[in-house]
Amino acid sequence: MAANKELGITPTAGAAPSTDEFIKGLWRDNPVFVQVLGMCPVLAVSNTAENALAMGLATAFVLLMSNILVSILRDFIPKQVRIASYILIIATFVTITDYVIQAISVDLHKSLGAFISLIVVNCLILSRAEAFASKNTVGKSILDAAGMGVGFTFALLCLGAVRELFGNGTIFGLGVLPDNFQEWIVMILPAGGFFTLALWLLIFNVMEARKAKT
Amino acid sequence: MTNESLSYIFINASLVNNFVLAYFLGICPFLGVSGKMETATKMGGAVTFVMLISSMCAYGIHQFLVAINAPFLQLISYIVVIASTVQLVEMFIKKMSPTLFRALGIFLPLITTNCAILGLALFQTNKGYGFVESFVYALGAGAGFTLALVLIAGLREQLNFADVPEVIKGTALTLLIAGILSLSFMGFAGLGA
Repeated sequence: MAANKELGITPTAGAAPSTDEFIKGLWRDNPVFVQVLGMCPVLAVSNTAENALAMGLATAFVLLMSNILVSILRDFIPKQVRIASYILIIATFVTITDYVIQAISVDLHKSLGAFISLIVVNCLILSRAEAFASKNTVGKSILDAAGMGVGFTFALLCLGAVRELFGNGTIFGLGVLPDNFQEWIVMILPAGGFFTLALWLLIFNVMEARKAKT
Repeated sequence: MTNESLSYIFINASLVNNFVLAYFLGICPFLGVSGKMETATKMGGAVTFVMLISSMCAYGIHQFLVAINAPFLQLISYIVVIASTVQLVEMFIKKMSPTLFRALGIFLPLITTNCAILGLALFQTNKGYGFVESFVYALGAGAGFTLALVLIAGLREQLNFADVPEVIKGTALTLLIAGILSLSFMGFAGLGA
């Protein structure tokens, strides 16, 4: 991969980084729909498409940076204190993200609230650090993080768009449904988050079941 | 300091703004260990205990960070305190009840990444609660978390005997129940005002 050459990394024997590391996060191992990781922000800030996109990008950034750093330091971190070290690395990048978002848009920072800080405890990020970045080269970790990040953002957008469409009649603040559309308030409420995610998981299960049959 | 009464803080944290069903905090253990009533109760107890300790520590740390004017260290120091508390609880449970230790499995160390606990520490700081208020807030949040966990565990135990379509079994079904529970908890809105 090009990214690999730039960083001057030689792939380990027999395990050349491939596009598969990237692709798997999008669909087959999608962090939200298949692995069911990082549910809290998925449900909490997916009430509008804009919030969902911002949250997805922020998480993807932290995931990418922490995966890179964990992968670089993987030979130096002692086994016994690895989880604590990963958490510290993640917390550092989350603090940076928190201040950056505040600098870009105060409104966005307000609507995401404490959930930016809570990226620290997103199990998706820790699980990628532990399960992938601590065992693989920097190049592969970057691809893995990018794939997972995009997959996570995609899933958040799926939820955010559906909830905003039915709960508010808009997508990204643009009216798409006719004016006489009666908003389904329940979609904006917490319960709507649970229902929408259940629905998406159901769709995913049905598609997988169909695939298994053929 | 706020003027909210202690009973209001407790009811608010446990029922009206339930951490699991209204704030979506701590969803992972909520989905993971809610299969059996007994495990759910004990998990609730462990989480409440960690909440109480980390909430009190978070109060002290916040005062200290304000004093030395370093708010950017807030997140990092909170998470370190929570991780060490969880480690302590883990050692304690392992010693006292190996059966429970096995039943909770991976979800015990994962309390560290339970957003309900970090969320609690952050919310109490944002709301400007004092020491006693923080303690009551943590108690309410823990009670609310346990309540939600036990409720869903009871429902899931019953559902084991129900005839449901294959495709909806598992997480999707649990989320549907959680949604209905969340709707019914909205009935508490206005309580304690």
